[in-house]
Amino acid sequence: MSSEAILKVDGLSTHLGNPSLPVRAVDDVSFELHRGKTLALLGESGCGKSMTALSLMRLLPAGGIIAAGDVVIDEQSVLELTESEMRSVRGGKIGMIFQEPMTSLNPVMTVGQQIIESIRLHDADFIGSKQLQQRAVALLDDVGIPDPQRRFSEFPHQLSGGMKQRVMIAIALAGKPEVLIADEPTTALDVTIQAQVLDLLRELQRKNGMSILLITHDLGVVAEMADEVAVMYAGQVIERSDVTTFFTAPRHPYSQKLFDSLPSRHKRGAQLAMIEGQVPPLTTKFKRCRFIDRCEQKNEACEHRLPPWQGDELQGYRCVLSDPTASKHAASHTPQTDTKSTQADSRQDSYLKLDNLKVHFPIKKGVLKRTVGHVRAVDGVDLEIPRGKTLALVGESGCGKTTAGKALLQLIRPTDGAVLYDGTDLTTLSNKQLRSKRSDLQIIFQDPVSSMNPRMLVEDIIAEGLVAQNIGANRKERSQIVADLLEKVGLPANSAMRYPHEFSGGQRQRICIARALAVNPDVIVCDEPTSALDVSVQAQILNLLKQLQDTLQLSYLFITHDISVVSYLAHEVAVMYLGKIVEQGTMEEIFDNPSHPYTRSLLEAVPVPDPNAKGERTALQGDMPSPANPPPGCHFHPRCPLADESCKKAYPQEVTLSDTHRVFCLKVTS
Amino acid sequence: MPELVFLWTDILVFLLVGLVTAFILYARRRPHLSRPWRMVFSSKIGVSTVIVLLFYVVIGLMDSVHYRPDANASDEKSVEMLSLLDYALSDMRLRQEKTYSAPLATHLYAKENIEQPDGSTLRDFPRLKYGGAHLDDPLNDYSRDLFKQTVIGMSIGIGIWLLLSVIIVLLLSLNNHRSFNDQLKVVVYGDPHIPWRTALWTLLVMLLLLGTLYNLSQYYHVLGTDKVGEDVFYQALKSIRTGLLIGTLTTLVMLPAAILLGIMAGYFKGWVDDLIQYTYTTLNSIPGVLLIAAAILMMQIYMSNHEAEFASLVERADMRLLFLCMILGVTSWTGLCRLLRGETLKLSELDYVQASTAFGVGHFTIILKHILPNVVHIVLITVVLDFSGLVLAEAVLSYVNIGVDPSTNSWGNMINSARLEMAREPIVWWSLAASLFFMFTLVLAANLFSDVVRDAFDPRLRSQS
Repeated sequence: MSSEAILKVDGLSTHLGNPSLPVRAVDDVSFELHRGKTLALLGESGCGKSMTALSLMRLLPAGGIIAAGDVVIDEQSVLELTESEMRSVRGGKIGMIFQEPMTSLNPVMTVGQQIIESIRLHDADFIGSKQLQQRAVALLDDVGIPDPQRRFSEFPHQLSGGMKQRVMIAIALAGKPEVLIADEPTTALDVTIQAQVLDLLRELQRKNGMSILLITHDLGVVAEMADEVAVMYAGQVIERSDVTTFFTAPRHPYSQKLFDSLPSRHKRGAQLAMIEGQVPPLTTKFKRCRFIDRCEQKNEACEHRLPPWQGDELQGYRCVLSDPTASKHAASHTPQTDTKSTQADSRQDSYLKLDNLKVHFPIKKGVLKRTVGHVRAVDGVDLEIPRGKTLALVGESGCGKTTAGKALLQLIRPTDGAVLYDGTDLTTLSNKQLRSKRSDLQIIFQDPVSSMNPRMLVEDIIAEGLVAQNIGANRKERSQIVADLLEKVGLPANSAMRYPHEFSGGQRQRICIARALAVNPDVIVCDEPTSALDVSVQAQILNLLKQLQDTLQLSYLFITHDISVVSYLAHEVAVMYLGKIVEQGTMEEIFDNPSHPYTRSLLEAVPVPDPNAKGERTALQGDMPSPANPPPGCHFHPRCPLADESCKKAYPQEVTLSDTHRVFCLKVTS
Repeated sequence: MPELVFLWTDILVFLLVGLVTAFILYARRRPHLSRPWRMVFSSKIGVSTVIVLLFYVVIGLMDSVHYRPDANASDEKSVEMLSLLDYALSDMRLRQEKTYSAPLATHLYAKENIEQPDGSTLRDFPRLKYGGAHLDDPLNDYSRDLFKQTVIGMSIGIGIWLLLSVIIVLLLSLNNHRSFNDQLKVVVYGDPHIPWRTALWTLLVMLLLLGTLYNLSQYYHVLGTDKVGEDVFYQALKSIRTGLLIGTLTTLVMLPAAILLGIMAGYFKGWVDDLIQYTYTTLNSIPGVLLIAAAILMMQIYMSNHEAEFASLVERADMRLLFLCMILGVTSWTGLCRLLRGETLKLSELDYVQASTAFGVGHFTIILKHILPNVVHIVLITVVLDFSGLVLAEAVLSYVNIGVDPSTNSWGNMINSARLEMAREPIVWWSLAASLFFMFTLVLAANLFSDVVRDAFDPRLRSQS
């Protein structure tokens, strides 16, 4: 590393809350950020990444103090500056972009005004309003916003999520910062948009020579963006390394586990490695390694001392063991024999079928609430879910996949089409008739917090379905069933008498699974069940789902946007775009031979946790259009690299590539 | 033999007490309900306002136990009906002067012709029949006696306070399995869970005040007398029940309608929602005071036409009070209903409601298990916030003569009569001052208390702490 360090953090400790029992959110963190380079701060939620960033900016929440350490930017200690000097550092020397672009912009100011505000603060040269405007438009152009002149006078609500994040970047760039702190800049965005934003950040870095401190939990993003990596765990940096070394040979047991718990196609059929337990509470005063309770490689020596830092400042890790590599290959990498041969049989067996399913939401306007149009959330979806298999429904947010799942369960009554289950069309049943069918079809939600009534005991939550479906004669019998279910999903029996808020996210998701299992369903709609969870917890839930499928012959409709989960879990994949299925096939067919241009760009946009795979892809341009007003012809043509005149005319017919593989594209021929 | 009498409002008051007790028992076992309340009782303002409110409540409850002192005379219409409070304050109630007298006065407020022992008449302020009657020479002895009685009153207050404190600390030490001395130390140095020290200080202030006032009222009219010579202090105390009743019974009347309609509108949506929304929008667009005036006037006419249906004047006045509560309830349920509708709209879209729909759980069960428990905090906050507003509303309504019956003691009626007194020369201020003081203390305590309650139940504030 020849380049000088522009940002130096040395022994930074930040304490939050009650001084008598402080939360040590950041505990003795040191790192250096070099000019023009990207350092990724990697870690799971609650490990102190964001608090580190806020400490650098001195923007701690009330009650937070920097207890020790130093932050040096450009030879200047940030902690010694007065508050007014600090204001010029914020946005001037250090720019920051946040995770949530929706709430980071002021909704009542135009985009241009917000950029100008930031230019004015940091650059006295621009005095005339004309000049200011020119500079703002130039900035919008820099961040790749098409038609910047028009966007300049628009309000945030007129922009899409990706555009808003671009505007946020433009605002951060207005002060010409030398360091850009990007706090999970793409977590709230779809993969195709994420790819655009990451490309943009890389390009800006090349042009301006900025240094980027990238905070993320996504190993794929790290591989794609970072030059160096610092892994944080429970408020501490536990491993420091350059990106290639990190991805080829992670040294800290936690980092190793993190890689093993990533779902991917290679690990199909095998159990994912799990990190048992939880991050210890940060109020603890640690006397030994803080990972010890979850570490599989711990030994006698770990019990008695704090782990030392091994290696130098740029390459090192914090562990008692000198060469922790024992369980590196614990998760078997041998893929299971392909299930392709059995696929044909199972298709005959498919007993849940969506036939031309449509869900349209009316748009009502005016005093009389006349219907002026429809949001075609789901617009003619045909799917078959085979018994005991997983069908993954993949697509970006807003493409109608969740609505399709809820329409399947009749939680939203479809506008048209049929849901055939065991020969009955569920859409024709009355509410009363439906009630007895309910036990066969269940759902697991994305957010484990809002999917349980916070006022009810876990036992009552799980037993709710039992009572509704008259399973179990009395309370005693039902609590026995609940106890069995809890055991099945791997929770202690005493969980029954506790409230949901006493559990962690992963445990709550287990309770939700137990609740769904209570009524012995055949089909479970899993609506992004792992996207609110950390990687290590995600592995636990995926393993559980897989194991339950094997033992109980469950069918899953797995709704997700996470391609790696799909490749790990799914047997069949359906790709959805703007309310319609654009391609469907077995997992192998879709991943080995993606035929629809959308499928291809979706797969390419996913950041791969492998730094050598950087670069080669055609990022999809633009955003998904509104389902209220889909483009004529093929819905995908405005973003499609292959589109020509004929694509604008009519929606493409189904093209059958094999028994199981079909695609809707004019450019594909069987 | 005294015979217990239950007026309609008495029954409702004790029903309310029962409901509150039931709620406390219910909430004790449910952490989501008991935790915020524990927060309320761990705040200093919360504890001291609760103690002030308790004094009011005890007086109000005492005033809600009615009896006829002589059961044999019960067939007679005009027979007196007394409450426990009347009995406790018999001295004050019976010692009626001729007309106005200033607070703590020994002489009347108006000059009269006094017949001297020698037969001549003298125009001067006559001595009061009861106020300061024990003094032989009021001019010289007055200040010394006043001081002496104050000191005695305060000592009574301190005595009761010491007794209560010892009992409280003793109970606490038994409850926490500590020795008495240890518990005393904890209380003196500040208990981290419940600020007992603040509680005891508030109790001391209240008891000092009450002891002094009570002792002085044995010999004087502490807050003077009104036009017909009735003790103003007694009137103000009697008004407490009216104020509390209006504040609480009204909510009791309005709650079922607000909760039922609000949740129905939010949960079922569609035409049910439209219907309920139109109903409360319509009701809201009629000026509340006019609606109340119309209803009260109708009630008055009905009462004067059917006098035979009411056993006594007290019962009639009671009926009117109840009716006022009802009509106030009818005009005030819309606000809470609207809040509940919004919250229910939000809740009914949540995943756990969807999940139970997926189980085939019926609407009624979903409402009872998932919606209702999750809106209880809104109901509580609204009830506590509305209370002080309603107490004030009673005063305003009585002032314009569409409130409670003129024979019922209420702060509104006291203020209403003070209208003329303020125009007198020299001015008669104590009636107004007394009612304002009592009302002010209650409303201030209730407002501070409701602030604490709202903070404790507000999920946004809770996450910070």
